[in-house]
Amino acid sequence: MASPARAPKGASSLRRFAIDYGLLILLVGLVVVFAVAQPAFLRVNNLFSILQAVAIVALLGVGVTVTMIAGGFDLSVGGLAAFVQMAAAYSLIVLDGSTGSTILLCLGLGILVGLGNALLIVRLGIPDLLATLGMLFLLAGLQLIPTGGRSIAPGMTLLDGSVADGAFTNAFLALGRHRFWDILPVPVLVLAVVAAALWFVMDLTRFGRVFHAVGGNELAARLAGAPTRAYRVCAYVISSTVASLGGILMAARIGRGDVSAGNGLMLDAIAAALIGYAVLGANRPNILGTVVGAVFVGVLLNGLTMLNAPYYLQDFVKGAVLIGALTVTYGLAPKRA
Amino acid sequence: MPVVLAVEGLTKRFGSTRALTDASFELHAGEVLALMGANGAGKSTLVKILCGVHGADAGSMTIGGTTVAFASPRQAREHGIIAVHQTIADVGVPTLSVADNLLLDRSCTGRGPLLAGGRRSLRAAGAIAAGIGLELDLSRRLDALSIAERQLVAIARAVAHDPAVLILDEPTASLSAPESERLFAVLDRLRDRGVALLYISHKTGDLRRIADRIVVLRDGRVSGEFRRPLDLDAAIRAMVGHAVGQVARRDPVPDGAPILRLSQARLAPTAAAFDLVVHAGEVVAVTGPVGAGKSTLAGAIFGLWPLAAGHMDLDGRPWRPRSAGEAIRNGVFMAGEDRWRTTFFPGTVPFAQIAGTIGFPFLDRWGRAGLVARTAETRATRRLIAEFGIKARGPEDLPASLSGGNQQKVVLARWHAEPARLLLLDEPFQGVDIGARDDIIRAIRAQSRDRATIVFVNDLEEALEVGDRVVVMADHAVVGDAADLARISALLASPHPAVS
Repeated sequence: MASPARAPKGASSLRRFAIDYGLLILLVGLVVVFAVAQPAFLRVNNLFSILQAVAIVALLGVGVTVTMIAGGFDLSVGGLAAFVQMAAAYSLIVLDGSTGSTILLCLGLGILVGLGNALLIVRLGIPDLLATLGMLFLLAGLQLIPTGGRSIAPGMTLLDGSVADGAFTNAFLALGRHRFWDILPVPVLVLAVVAAALWFVMDLTRFGRVFHAVGGNELAARLAGAPTRAYRVCAYVISSTVASLGGILMAARIGRGDVSAGNGLMLDAIAAALIGYAVLGANRPNILGTVVGAVFVGVLLNGLTMLNAPYYLQDFVKGAVLIGALTVTYGLAPKRA
Repeated sequence: MPVVLAVEGLTKRFGSTRALTDASFELHAGEVLALMGANGAGKSTLVKILCGVHGADAGSMTIGGTTVAFASPRQAREHGIIAVHQTIADVGVPTLSVADNLLLDRSCTGRGPLLAGGRRSLRAAGAIAAGIGLELDLSRRLDALSIAERQLVAIARAVAHDPAVLILDEPTASLSAPESERLFAVLDRLRDRGVALLYISHKTGDLRRIADRIVVLRDGRVSGEFRRPLDLDAAIRAMVGHAVGQVARRDPVPDGAPILRLSQARLAPTAAAFDLVVHAGEVVAVTGPVGAGKSTLAGAIFGLWPLAAGHMDLDGRPWRPRSAGEAIRNGVFMAGEDRWRTTFFPGTVPFAQIAGTIGFPFLDRWGRAGLVARTAETRATRRLIAEFGIKARGPEDLPASLSGGNQQKVVLARWHAEPARLLLLDEPFQGVDIGARDDIIRAIRAQSRDRATIVFVNDLEEALEVGDRVVVMADHAVVGDAADLARISALLASPHPAVS
């Protein structure tokens, strides 16, 4: 690759170092600062509660990352997770469904939405941002219709005047609240498994190469024999399925169907994926980077809270982190002509 | 004719490489000076200095007797030097009309009227179009035009500045013969008007038609200057440093079995039906003007779309591929035209390197259980780099860091990584200098014994050089075989009424 011609060697290698490790060093630096200022920060319990707090956003971000690798985008994940969360509550409380059937219903809805996105984008050729933006609104609205816009809790009165007699099962609640060995929360484990699996597929297998190729140059991928449309469909289905998994975990954590649970989820997830571009100088969507991006924001917010920073700083901090990461990715990286 | 532009001892270094050394030449009013040079010979650097994109390290430029040095393209433009670049993407705004595009320079410099559109603008655009005798519906959108028409729009725009020197960078690269002729007619008019034209091209046919004088660059130096009558062979020798076009023709394999057979094939419902047989060991060049259906034929054989009618056989069995993947699995490979569009991946793709590019179509053959076999990929790539004489540091180099000729060799090498039954090469000489072209022809020939090879080329001379046999297409059908230029010209000139 063409390195900047006139920059002295020292400066350009320093820049390379900043691009590759800047974000990780900053993360370690933050942890040290927070640990010194507030020793409780480094307690294992607190570290896992940070992970617990970011698990769902990270999960959604990982899904979006898959669509980004395949050259698309998925804005609908936030709306979908919230929608699935409501659907889970509806299934358990109103329909009095079992844990298993509720999970299957939720995953099924996720796959359906993924296929819907794929239909709009791959089949009908609607630009990805627009199609998934439409889907985001559709789902955000759809979740309100069955209950007339109210949250779902045991014993609530339904639109037809009857009283819901179902409840969240203990098994379902465990998905959000159980901690293995009293430490490791289920959502963190789910995130770890999903992220590891998708990382493996995307980085080490030939299927992952095709996803990357479709994202980089779809025509070249097709002429090299790849069924590119199938891969693009698959990317949206993966993204939506992972998002619906996030919705299930969210419902299990909240323990009811909350109409406002999905607020801000989409933006946080996409921010995590974009911050991930800057991890290890990847300069491209990557699964590991997305997880690090989500954790980075989580550490920052948790640490600031421990230092008694006011809650309203949160969005400002996220914005600053995102702009910093984008500067590393786009501003510092050597420009291609 | 007076000297319009005199260049004296221009030198330019980039880091440690000398892109241009002591280049001197003169350009007269009313002449077409052709600039020849292999890739990397310094043509682009020279053009960029003339246009004010780069400053020279040493040397001088004189325009009409006064010495000039440009700090920006704008200054070059004000001195009457204007370039029309090769890439279509730079030519205008695709979503605007031809009229708007013709007036673009005026609108962008703030010299145009406050309100765009209207009869006055249309008249102004019409005047610009008339300046080169361009006959087009000015209300059409630029992206609805053919490449040739867009090129003419770009030239009309350039001419509207009333240039003293007009630089044309490979203007016929994607034009058919009649389209090129239309362009040459425009250039003739400009020449008669006294414009000095600097014409950059690889195509000997173009040069023969249009050039009054040739300056050849090699390794950043002027290595030759030729006046009429033009000795093109000598010019090519000056360009590559040795004689070319001496690719030994090998005897066609006498007992080559038919590999591909097309019977009563139609590429479009209204096109004529034709037959075509390609044998093992044979290199068939398919030529014809742009739009004659060469790429349509290639795509049909490669499974990108079906034939409109008729029948294909591969090795005696019916061949009805439904995707490129199916074709590749059956040993039918295609290297598409325009390598950056059809083959290479951008640098953001983690395996955009030579090895990843070469290995991509064969991931399922080389790897097991869905894993990528990096070792096999690297080994195959090392072998191919040596075999095709690709100038690269190794399998992990990015194609973008190679010269055009070497990039094209990577494309070719990729489709030699596994044995092919039928190899389709669409415009394999695009953006490749004559020296590398010889290497590529030799490589195609060297390995063609056990397979059938079809090369699709626009340029007749290239077709004759690469093919054992030349098949001519027109109006989406094969119209005949030819062995020499005269016969091909006759085939192209004869009318081919479409069969309904």
